[in-house]
Amino acid sequence: MDMLEETEEQTTQYTIATFKSTRVATGHSIERMPQRQLDFRVAHRFGRVNSGAYEFFGLDQSNIHLSLEYGITDWLMVGIGRSSFQKVVDGFYKLSILRQSTGKKVMPVSVSLFSGIYANGLKQSVPNYDYYFSNRLSFVHQVLIGHKFNELISLQLSPTYIHRNFVETPFDSNDIYALGIGGRVKLTSRVTLNAEYYYRLNPQSEFATVQASNPLSIGFDIETGGHVFQLHFTNSRSMIEPGFIGETTGEWLKGDIHFGFNISRVFNL
Amino acid sequence: MKSLLLPLTLLLSLSSIAQDKFFTRTGHIWFFSSTPVEDIEAHSRQVSSILDVTTGEIVYSLQMRSFEFEKALMEEHFNENYVESEKFPKATFKGEIKNFDEINLSENGTYQVVVAGDLTIHGVTNPVETEGTLKVNGEKIHGKSTFTLLVADYDIEIPKVVQDNIAKEIEINVDINYEPYNQ
Repeated sequence: MDMLEETEEQTTQYTIATFKSTRVATGHSIERMPQRQLDFRVAHRFGRVNSGAYEFFGLDQSNIHLSLEYGITDWLMVGIGRSSFQKVVDGFYKLSILRQSTGKKVMPVSVSLFSGIYANGLKQSVPNYDYYFSNRLSFVHQVLIGHKFNELISLQLSPTYIHRNFVETPFDSNDIYALGIGGRVKLTSRVTLNAEYYYRLNPQSEFATVQASNPLSIGFDIETGGHVFQLHFTNSRSMIEPGFIGETTGEWLKGDIHFGFNISRVFNL
Repeated sequence: MKSLLLPLTLLLSLSSIAQDKFFTRTGHIWFFSSTPVEDIEAHSRQVSSILDVTTGEIVYSLQMRSFEFEKALMEEHFNENYVESEKFPKATFKGEIKNFDEINLSENGTYQVVVAGDLTIHGVTNPVETEGTLKVNGEKIHGKSTFTLLVADYDIEIPKVVQDNIAKEIEINVDINYEPYNQ
């Protein structure tokens, strides 16, 4: 047996399953769909828990984000989605440029690039004003840097740039810079505890129309064969990057907490 | 004369060492799980094995991560949830040919063999005995075997929701082309 050990070639072991899903909670993780796999995602955010029994603690109100996400190759995935909140249609790609590995080739981190485009579909009624289609657009770029420390713990940093073509007042900033941090702790082989926080770098005075706060989400990933269920509590209502990073209004300390979940069903094409 | 004899004996002993052991790094092991709901199949073509033709000893070693599945997610679940490849990266087998006295591997031909030994998967070791064939063709030996094992014997948990998708008994196929081991 010793002789076998000696003769075994050193191979490169790529780290798998840094996160269970392509989302940490609301934001993207470094993970992408493997080649020819289609992910159908249904995400829900309910109303605020502190809205009381009359609103059934938020469950009477529901926002939904539907998306189809596909792995063209193992390192490139694309997706389209639709949010009921502000009737936004979105499209994105995620490119995996580095994979964490040990063995022959050593790479300490996995890095993915994410870019998305978002079109607000709300009817606009601004009198005496030409409302161009380009006014509806927002853009997001992220560098997702993940490291799986061990079987139990993974962490991710997500520097984020958001550009909004149109803002309501001159006091709102078109550009938003944020630094996201997310992580997971594996509780059992099928359940992980996830948390995610985005810190906005712009001063608060640049959020004039929407008094935004930083989004924090805490939840669980539960895996059952072909499905991943992600259940979480978050202070943001929106499930798309310009929305939850730039326009989150809820505050955890005031009890503005939304219950939400993502369901991911993967099909092999 | 003495000076001639020494290199000659050295040469002879060296060549006999080379013939003792047969070896591969690219052996093929695959398994089947068959249920009415779903058939699952995975292949590893990175199996290391050594066959000692003087003693009949045989060892195998393979990285669990080297198993390739049709579906990438299955591969992830296999490594993450079932065999826990990070904790138990290797499967190994250490055993011997039981009817080694009855066969002569220095002659060409196909031989029925009975192999018995200890199989370690997922950190659990169980005795295994199976029949197979060894086909000797000059400098090459081709080994083949098929056997079944119980998932439960190796402490691999199958959750209730996928109980109908994964067989309790898994069929293992071994197909190894050995070459002479030269150091």
